[in-house]
Amino acid sequence: MSTAPVKSFGSTTGVRLAEANNPSSKVLRLPDSEPLRLACDQLLAPISIAYETYGTLNSAKSNAILVCHALTGDQYVASEHPVTKKPGWWETLVGPGKPIDTDRYFVICPNILGGCMGSTGPASIDPKTGKPYGVHFPVITIGDMVNAQVRLIDHLGIDQLFCVVGGSMGGMQVLEWASSHTERVFSAVPIATAAWHSSQNIAFHEVGRQAVMADPDWCGGDYHSFDKVPRNGLAVARMAAHITYLSEDALHRKFGRNLQERSKVTFSFNADFQVESYLRHQGSTFVDRFDANSYLYITRAMDYFDLAAERGDVLANAFRGTKTRFCIVSFTSDWLYPTRESREIVHALNAVAANVSFVEIDSNNGHDAFLLEEPEFFATIRGFLSAAGKKRGLKV
Amino acid sequence: MQKIVPPAPGAHRVDHLLIAEMVEPGSRVLDVGCGDGALLQLLAETKSTDGRGVELSRERVNACVTRGLSVIQGDADRDLADYPDQAFDYAILSLTIQATRFPKTVLENLLRIGRRAIVSFPNFGHWRIRAELLFTGRMPQTRNLPEPWYASPDGHLCTIKDFADLVALLDAEVEAAVAFNTSGRRLPIRRSISLQNLLGEKAVFLLRKRHPA
Repeated sequence: MSTAPVKSFGSTTGVRLAEANNPSSKVLRLPDSEPLRLACDQLLAPISIAYETYGTLNSAKSNAILVCHALTGDQYVASEHPVTKKPGWWETLVGPGKPIDTDRYFVICPNILGGCMGSTGPASIDPKTGKPYGVHFPVITIGDMVNAQVRLIDHLGIDQLFCVVGGSMGGMQVLEWASSHTERVFSAVPIATAAWHSSQNIAFHEVGRQAVMADPDWCGGDYHSFDKVPRNGLAVARMAAHITYLSEDALHRKFGRNLQERSKVTFSFNADFQVESYLRHQGSTFVDRFDANSYLYITRAMDYFDLAAERGDVLANAFRGTKTRFCIVSFTSDWLYPTRESREIVHALNAVAANVSFVEIDSNNGHDAFLLEEPEFFATIRGFLSAAGKKRGLKV
Repeated sequence: MQKIVPPAPGAHRVDHLLIAEMVEPGSRVLDVGCGDGALLQLLAETKSTDGRGVELSRERVNACVTRGLSVIQGDADRDLADYPDQAFDYAILSLTIQATRFPKTVLENLLRIGRRAIVSFPNFGHWRIRAELLFTGRMPQTRNLPEPWYASPDGHLCTIKDFADLVALLDAEVEAAVAFNTSGRRLPIRRSISLQNLLGEKAVFLLRKRHPA
């Protein structure tokens, strides 16, 4: 058993674990004296919040946009990923001259609490034991993630964010910001998201978690100590989840029943079909860049998310008195976070006469659409931000 | 009411210009059936309103939001119930009431949501429509009602007199009412409305609930 597991792994895993504790990005380290009180009532300290920034904060500190990432995202929204060397996950949307224009706005993207790219999470070294937290990490919530981000925004000296934007679980964080810290959010763009996780979504997450935990290499969550990684379990979890991010139409267009580099089926369980090969690839590349325990904790946080539950089961209560300008976006073929769920948020905002825009974008790319180049979606974001910027008094 | 000089003369619908005159500067406005957002834009530019829109067509909603207007995709029949009482200074329904499934409920909601409601609608009592029905025996097709009956979204057409009756039924007070003839000239509606009902191609009513809840 190694007390310094960071050094004891093969190359990709080694890089990944190094990033979990010493990220390539900027990082805010909060000392033991500034613990975070979690929803489970535990105190967590010390805390690291890894983040990237793009663009320049103006002197009035009024042009900051916080980008919240989704389940398997990270702080590298518009810059190269240090492990995969791939471009930023939202580089089509965020950058100079892009809809989230880094020539105009100061963009902040933190890795979430519970993540594995440098913010404190189950892959971080627990200073009490010198080993990764593993399953000894406390169960966290979307609210905890947002409270950690609040510390970062405080640290950057920003009173009010010009905009908080994010898709999927990023959208949940946007909603949490807008309801729990409403005075600090001038505008909010929750995309392809919901105010609570549906039963179906919890069910899919449970399949993913069970796949991880059924892998003997998970070792009861202590795989770091045994120099192991539950590769197969996490890959299966990713494969199942990946299907939910697409639409039947998108899968059919992309793969149909096409065979993978062969002219006929092989009467075996090899990846005969292109779609199988694609999913296997998705699974194995994911394992190279993501921590299995992080996956368990983050999916749990999403399952627990219910903005109405703490507010007398009335979603409108989450937004009462809000002055934030909202732009809700959904996609027609997204069956994971269907338009119906966005509309529930819109109804709640209407019930308090909030300033809200709501667009449903016609796309056949499923839930994944929010990560893809969708011209109508991009035009919406650009238009909404320009108008909000005018109201905020930002220079055009 | 102060006369509005449109930013681009001739670019605005006459009923929009009149509505813009009715609206007090700086007020909160909900435009139900806001289309491409032309009225919201006019109100923002000339009266510095805090405006919101509801529009059925997804394409038009997206166009509005891209232009920086706060508009949601929604349905007057279904979505107005969400709004709290007197959330807006004005709830506006321009040339939309005839296309709703439940005009009475929609108007009730408008009078509840807005301190005032402004409603414009095509007048089915206009002489040309009467004449067309009388002489051809067929559903009239006009500039304001261009579709044949089977393709028209307008399931609840009414005359100015009909609308005035509904207003009375809902215990609302008419603060101002104006009809427009075919050339866009204003015909203020006062005591007798028979002439306006004959000559008005469309009408705009500024309403207020007599006894708000």
